Amino acid sequence: MYTSVLTDRRSFIKRMALLSAMTAAATMFPGILFAEEQERGLPKNGNLDWKKAPCRFCGVGCGVLVGIENGKAVAVKGDPKSEVNKGLCCVKGYHSVIAMYGKDRLTKPLIKKNGKYVETSMKEALDLIASKMKETIKDYGKDAVSIYGSGQWTIPDGYVASKLFKGCIGTNNVEANARLCMASAVTGFMTSFGMDEPMGCYEDIDYADVFVLWGNNMAEMHPVLFSRMLDQRSKRNIKIIDLATRTTRTSKASDRSIIFEPQTDLAIANAICYEIIKNGWVNKSFVEKHCNFSKGLTNIGYGLEDKFKFKDKPEKITFEEYKKFLEDYTPEKVSKLSGVSVRDIKYMASYYGDPNKKVMSLWCMGVNQHTRGTWMNNLVYNIHLLTGKISEPGNSPFSLTGQPSACGTVREVGTLTHKLPKGVVMNKKHREIAAKIWDVPVENISPKPTYHTVEMFRALDRGDIKFMWIQVTNPMVTMPKLKRYRDAAKKEGRFIVVSDIYPTPTTDIADVILPSAMWIEREGMYGNSERRTQYFEQMVEPPGESMSDTWQLIEVAKRMGYEKQFYYKEETHIEEIYNEYIQFHKGKKHGMAPLEVLKEESGAIWPYVDGKSTQWRFNSKYDPATTKEGFDFYGKPDGRAVIWQRPYEPAAEVPDSDYPYWLNTGRVIEHWHTGSMTRRIPVLHKAMPYAYVELNPEDAKRMRIKTGDKVKLTTRRGEIIMPASVNERGIPAPMQVFVPFFDENMLINDITLDSFCPISKEPDYKKCAVKVEKV
Amino acid sequence: MPIKSYLAHPHKDKKDELFKALSSIEQCEVIPAENKDLLILITDTQNNFEEDTLKEKLETITSLKLLAMVSGFNTPKNT
Repeated sequence: MYTSVLTDRRSFIKRMALLSAMTAAATMFPGILFAEEQERGLPKNGNLDWKKAPCRFCGVGCGVLVGIENGKAVAVKGDPKSEVNKGLCCVKGYHSVIAMYGKDRLTKPLIKKNGKYVETSMKEALDLIASKMKETIKDYGKDAVSIYGSGQWTIPDGYVASKLFKGCIGTNNVEANARLCMASAVTGFMTSFGMDEPMGCYEDIDYADVFVLWGNNMAEMHPVLFSRMLDQRSKRNIKIIDLATRTTRTSKASDRSIIFEPQTDLAIANAICYEIIKNGWVNKSFVEKHCNFSKGLTNIGYGLEDKFKFKDKPEKITFEEYKKFLEDYTPEKVSKLSGVSVRDIKYMASYYGDPNKKVMSLWCMGVNQHTRGTWMNNLVYNIHLLTGKISEPGNSPFSLTGQPSACGTVREVGTLTHKLPKGVVMNKKHREIAAKIWDVPVENISPKPTYHTVEMFRALDRGDIKFMWIQVTNPMVTMPKLKRYRDAAKKEGRFIVVSDIYPTPTTDIADVILPSAMWIEREGMYGNSERRTQYFEQMVEPPGESMSDTWQLIEVAKRMGYEKQFYYKEETHIEEIYNEYIQFHKGKKHGMAPLEVLKEESGAIWPYVDGKSTQWRFNSKYDPATTKEGFDFYGKPDGRAVIWQRPYEPAAEVPDSDYPYWLNTGRVIEHWHTGSMTRRIPVLHKAMPYAYVELNPEDAKRMRIKTGDKVKLTTRRGEIIMPASVNERGIPAPMQVFVPFFDENMLINDITLDSFCPISKEPDYKKCAVKVEKV
Repeated sequence: MPIKSYLAHPHKDKKDELFKALSSIEQCEVIPAENKDLLILITDTQNNFEEDTLKEKLETITSLKLLAMVSGFNTPKNT
């Protein structure tokens, strides 16, 4: 039983107990209503004005209705008209508006003078930022300035950031934290299909017979979608298979929990393909018409060195060569490596192979935050391509996202070093399109990508980057091997600007802190995991001098002399920016819905063609962009998707006699990412007040560790002491530990490893070697 | 002392009966779901003796099919 830190608020504890129960009930019984309780606490006789918005938190993009009274957001409920969540709402969404009213909200710009933060006016702060950027460019060149944003950037935020840095200043030093969570999904899509983002949509959940969750704790991280799956299970005979390295709430709610040794998902996926071929379950007609086979380089490294470079060399192979390669991945061989029984490997393969079962694969950080993340994405697609289970209702490989606009902003607007809103900087045609729409000389746009996220912070450490503007993200909690990058940011000669809504470990390293307007305190759009773009209006005034990230960037751009490109009017700038942006995506393959449609409806799924969303891409039954009957993977020049030969390779750092355990990090349902918002929601903070280290009960027994005991974790990067958790929320496999990263007072990333996938450059937060000791 | 929350599952067609039975116990607060056969039960007891007595009472309720604990908190009874 948990011993509360509260001593004087018994009624508060009672309410917390009630909310825990309501959350559990909502997970088990989707659509469950407790009307009396939901109305309690709302102002009586008030004139609540309910307005629609996409939720501010995860990438699911639930539609919520926000209740506004007297200029304040006072309530939230799931929007029953939303096709995403059909009225459901998770515990974070339900409390989301409370995050706007924390006592320590930043309301005034702060400038560091003589080591102390001094309040200033917004005008002075923006003047300083613009002059510092100009001075840095003059002294060190344009590649000495950078911006680091986020999948929480609205579409207009990311768009103006890219336009200013890539189009006007002429540097590709634009990155976003989605590099840390979704980059492997992007490179997976690009290598397999030539186009980013899932081909299906959430409606697949209503048609699938089997759900295979690849390292994805959906019950905690995507609870509304998980509820939709459980709802289907209550109506139909469906199966949920949880394939993971740790037993979680998802495992407990699944029909089958299968635990595997970290990193061996690569081998398991290949073993499933082996079984599909061996048993004659290949959809030969589909593969012959719509697929190619390729292999790439192997032993590709881990990116641990500064200035690490890698470029794959794809080479076409035959089906027979691929079949031969898979002989190394028989269920018997893979069972020894992965710890998964031969029976379980065959069990999963049999569902994928059964032509009468529709299968949905879902994944998120387990597959993406992986030193072979691109390969893992390819391997899941291989299974669906071999069986032809793709691009039709219920047959769907589905990569989930963690942030509200990781797709809409980072991936579609393209706020990564190599990207443009349409295409990539390396492509002359794409640069010409961007230059025309941005009204800049094409020579302004550099054809060379500069730094991906880890390398950008390494460049800050080396001094290659002198100026960094960080918006709506908290890298001083999330960067792997954090200490190096925290020390880097504090070095002499670096100038850091941070735009945020609360003080965080990242504002601690800032020279200028700008108070930002949050979510419905400004107008904007997000794009979710199913290619759905959703609009929200400004519903309340931001506090003090807080300003949207979009307008902060516009003000600085004007001060730097780019008035012509940043012509937008304050009262209409979001509409003007959106209308400018959607010119990039005109056409049947990526057309975006007009703003008036987004204002009226609960979003629209691109490609939006002839007034309709496209729910399933690449299938001529649903997708008007196809040019032939059946399937057309038009991201590739020949319309064929690629089945990749990708081997198992070990993790960058594996347990040994000095560091004998695996360290895995992740999230909890109560907190969103670094907790800078959810830890200011009292009920969520009190429900999960601090981080902990989960141990396997047998390991804990052997070391005589019980819940609450202090445990020291030591890696080659450093050490940290935190309380133990045994047999509580999650149960790691033997010789593994798990730590959530939401707690800024226990920075687990001080001891993680900054290895990354050489193709996507996404770090692996799930695997490094650690020593575990009772203190 | 303990505050606990449970999901209370009634036997078939016994939701109202279960609601009445639980509501009649002093230490219980009950919130029925509007559209599903489920009730949320919050219990609030002063000490272990009272907790044990409550447990015995709950076990005698015939309309109760299953009581699944969701959360438990120890907190001094001071406000």
